[in-house]
Amino acid sequence: MPEVPAILRRGLPWLLLALAAAAPAALSGYDLNLLARFMAMAILALGLVLVWGHGGILSLGQGVFFGLGGYAIAMHMKLADLPAGEMPDFMVWSGREALPLWWAPFGSATFAIAAAILVPTLVAALFAWAVFHRRVGGTYFALITQALALAFATLIISQQDATGGFNGLTDFYSILGFGLASPRTGVGLYWLTLAILCAAFVGLRWLTASRFGMLLRAARDGENRVRFLGYSPVPFKVVAFAIGALLAGIAGALFTLHAGVVSPALIGVVPSIEMVIWVAVGGRYSLAGAIVGALAVNLARDAVSSAFPELWLYCMGALFILVVTLMPNGLAGLLKGRAA
Amino acid sequence: MSEAVADLLLAVDGVTVDYSGFKALDGFSLTLNRGDRRVVIGPNGAGKSTLCDTIIGRVRPSEGRVIFRGEEIQALPEQAIVARGICRKFQAPGVLPTLSVRDNLALAARRDRRWWKALGTGIPPAERAAVDEALETVGLTARADVPAGTLAHGEKQWLEIAMVLATRAELILLDEPTAGMGPAETSRTADLIHSLGPHRTVLVIDHDMSFVEQLGAPVTVMHQGRFLKQGSIAEVRADAQVAAVYLGHAA
Repeated sequence: MPEVPAILRRGLPWLLLALAAAAPAALSGYDLNLLARFMAMAILALGLVLVWGHGGILSLGQGVFFGLGGYAIAMHMKLADLPAGEMPDFMVWSGREALPLWWAPFGSATFAIAAAILVPTLVAALFAWAVFHRRVGGTYFALITQALALAFATLIISQQDATGGFNGLTDFYSILGFGLASPRTGVGLYWLTLAILCAAFVGLRWLTASRFGMLLRAARDGENRVRFLGYSPVPFKVVAFAIGALLAGIAGALFTLHAGVVSPALIGVVPSIEMVIWVAVGGRYSLAGAIVGALAVNLARDAVSSAFPELWLYCMGALFILVVTLMPNGLAGLLKGRAA
Repeated sequence: MSEAVADLLLAVDGVTVDYSGFKALDGFSLTLNRGDRRVVIGPNGAGKSTLCDTIIGRVRPSEGRVIFRGEEIQALPEQAIVARGICRKFQAPGVLPTLSVRDNLALAARRDRRWWKALGTGIPPAERAAVDEALETVGLTARADVPAGTLAHGEKQWLEIAMVLATRAELILLDEPTAGMGPAETSRTADLIHSLGPHRTVLVIDHDMSFVEQLGAPVTVMHQGRFLKQGSIAEVRADAQVAAVYLGHAA
């Protein structure tokens, strides 16, 4: 195997960034929108590297936080497009008399954006504190997060008149006064997504290299040793999990803007597992790997499911088995193995 | 008399640890004065490791108290006990395998262990000296940057001893520190413990009688969770009861 020259490895992120910057000029509106969706997913994947790779916390419930972010922004867009005093269409069809009280503040864009960022973060922090404080971890934690994803999706489906139920929320026209149909808005949202992706990458690079990252890995490898060196591992794990949820919430909000829809089908158990697979494919210890994994798996998904819609779930299962058995450190592990 | 009380560092007072009917410790008591060296021996299952577990807060006694510097600590969270100045080396080396040797020590040497103080990079200068000194003490300076998981077994034991020392704990619990070491490494470990000075109090659990002899410290013998005998190594060796306990189990 030829060695990967250092200059190529160093230069690769810059090359990718240059390609990403060139994309709005080179790609059609449809393809650019697709790429932007995948980049939003990559933001979530970065969070999983911190949570799962460095923290050793397997979350099968990232869809919940993705959904909280997505619904927050979707609720605002439903309200923003309405003439004053009217209710969103689906509420009228379900026979509701008035807007639910908890919908009202989402009429404010500032509130909705703050909620898309803060609600997932706070929910995750409270949830993680309650669980880690009781010293529940490992497989049990993964199962609880999966149950959370199931419960969240079920709740949304069951409250048809307030959440749009199984169909979710869709038919948005504008955000902050920019028409979503305009190609210029699409390009603007693409740049926003790219900027947040880069910021998340740089921020997590710093965090994982900091003493915080060191302690997080220490708690992953020897929770007792860390405890008996005088540290409580709980806050490190809670903060990591909350940051993962923060990024998932932002990803959900951006995805909803790009896709023009948010629905239970995007946030339940199966999508939550898919999110873990992106990161497993890319390499769960590698931030760059997670971005590549999220983009590659979603591209493949798009290609496979447009040709053979029934086949994707089988492909995903096979992919997961392949990665777990043959390349436990994902694509990043292959590259490193070759370079070494 | 009052001077003796002032020197008292640790008192384990009538502690019972009950594992659903099985008493790993049964009304056990022990006191340590500042600067003491003490060895605890006893056949397998005598409750030696449970004693360490109880002092450090890993198991909670159903009866009795653990008093450190005049304060009851048996109900405190582990990290609060460590913060008061007790640190333990585990039986199986408890180093953090993916962290470098230096980072292992840096975590141990850290003064402020609140999480938001970890939002920074590198080892603060004030702690770097302590880390370098700890590396020097256990002879791992040349291997400071390798992952701790790649060290040889004896080196891992020393690294963990160095970590425990780097916390600046006043009371140090060493649970079988020489397990898996050869004779040369064992006597280096004994020298290290001798070199610690009067501001450290050390409680050692070990099976290796040659190591216990090299330590030359008073010996407490445990049996079935209870106190059996205390004295110099020679006195304990000559004791018929102690011999019976060991032979009974060795046979």
